Amino acid sequence: MMEQVFFYIFSIIAVISAISVISARSAVRSAFYLIITLMQVAAIFILLRSPFLAAVQVFIYVGAVMVLFLFAVMVLDIGREKLVAYMHHQSVIAVPAVIVFFIMGAYMIIRGGWNVSNAGFPEAALAKSSEVIGKEMFGRYLFPFEVVSLVLLIALIGAVALVLRGREKDKQC
Amino acid sequence: MLTLSHYLILSLLLFSIGVAGVLTRRNIIVVLMSLELIFNSVNISLAAFSYYLHSLTGMVFVVFNITIAAAEVAVGLAILVCVYRRRRTTNVDELDELKG
Repeated sequence: MMEQVFFYIFSIIAVISAISVISARSAVRSAFYLIITLMQVAAIFILLRSPFLAAVQVFIYVGAVMVLFLFAVMVLDIGREKLVAYMHHQSVIAVPAVIVFFIMGAYMIIRGGWNVSNAGFPEAALAKSSEVIGKEMFGRYLFPFEVVSLVLLIALIGAVALVLRGREKDKQC
Repeated sequence: MLTLSHYLILSLLLFSIGVAGVLTRRNIIVVLMSLELIFNSVNISLAAFSYYLHSLTGMVFVVFNITIAAAEVAVGLAILVCVYRRRRTTNVDELDELKG
């Protein structure tokens, strides 16, 4: 019962701030609303009994990704474009289409009969879910883990290379 | 009693809001933020499935997903900085060189 109350609190805050992300006028405000949404998602992860995921969410999303976004907003100097109409003209069609998509999806989820209960979930496994995730990640999923670390390395080198080459080209011009 | 449907509806709601943001906003940074919303909704549904179906594979998958999202943001923002240096705009309507 208590869990349900907290679920509704977290999800209502998450949805309201997500709507604020796409309707705020300045990009900095969108970024801060997105931080609120990501924190609520971390709380939802705790409700799903995975504190490890919540910690990863806070570290990587709120700590790294959002700082990157705020740096980009600062570098790109968005402030002076605030006067331009900030909504696309196709939103007249897009918003009803998305609402219809949501209604259809919700109908499928509710009528789909996916009401699996979580009866019999071993509490001992829940208590040390971080340990189990770590063992899985470095045991059965070792190869995907290495591939993902390689992808991350390539992405970082690619980002640095893109920005550096662009600057040299700027100087030549 | 919280069921799987609660989490899936929340995930679907965040996904729809993200898609609406991608379709309606003009500022390309906010479009990237909406993509992050979509990523998060997928993560919620993966974690919910893993919790309700008694399998920890979903949790491991969410960790990989978050890592790939971080890589995607790094590359995407680097491309954005390059585009901004060349074109001096972040408006998606003006970035239509590939349209032909």
